[in-house]
Amino acid sequence: MNTDRIEKTVMLHASRERVWRAISSADEFGLWFGVAFKGSFAENTRMTGTIVPTTVDADVARMQEPHAGMPFEFVVDRIEPMDRISFRWHPFAMEPGVDYSHEPMTHIVFELEDSNGGTRLTITESGFDRIPIERRAKAFAANEGGWEHQSQLVGKYLALHAGA
Amino acid sequence: MPSPRTANAPFADSAPLFAALGDASRLRIVARLCEGGPQSIVRLTEGTGMSRQAITKHLRALEGAGLLRSGREGRERIWQLQARRLTEVRRHLEQISTQWDDAIERLRRLVEQPI
Repeated sequence: MNTDRIEKTVMLHASRERVWRAISSADEFGLWFGVAFKGSFAENTRMTGTIVPTTVDADVARMQEPHAGMPFEFVVDRIEPMDRISFRWHPFAMEPGVDYSHEPMTHIVFELEDSNGGTRLTITESGFDRIPIERRAKAFAANEGGWEHQSQLVGKYLALHAGA
Repeated sequence: MPSPRTANAPFADSAPLFAALGDASRLRIVARLCEGGPQSIVRLTEGTGMSRQAITKHLRALEGAGLLRSGREGRERIWQLQARRLTEVRRHLEQISTQWDDAIERLRRLVEQPI
């Protein structure tokens, strides 16, 4: 059982330029990730964003509403244009008033490849094993309630796009 | 990653779970119990190069986290896994994994929409 990393690969029907913009422009990243950033991404830069309900999905926006305005701190690690961008952040930093700055971060890498006229995106988040156990347990616990709802959201999304 | 989370969920007892598994020796013990089924401390110690005392310490930690339970069979104490708790650990990562799936779908909608 690998408890340290999560890896996701997805085929996107969009040009590499388009996908690169969506993951490397702070504004566009915020649109789908649900965070508003001040300033743009630069290597080895610590940034603070603000959690905002996503504009892409009304249901998800409602779920994120209680967290709106919470700071989201992270580090832009490396930027290799059109190929790779990486970040570090605190994966479960969701409790108001808690200082997470001394805790280890997970490492998140976005990688792009051309594939069949589209773009293959691979996202890897690793380093979970170094996260304090209390944080992991809390995040695990806190998610319990949202689990079923998230599954429903995915189902709804798939139904909506079934004919597309 | 940011995501909606409800506060005060009743799972505060999950913390020891992650502590118990955050150690190579303990993970090995869990793996041995997965493969070999319930067994005594004598068998669990075999071939590990560790003392019986050290193994006992790990077994107690795993027991404290609810991952193992033990019972007496004659003069021996037999250890076995509590499968339900192991499932909880796996689900923890699955939840973050699902959050990524949701985020990726939002990303897909953004980049695939007609200009």
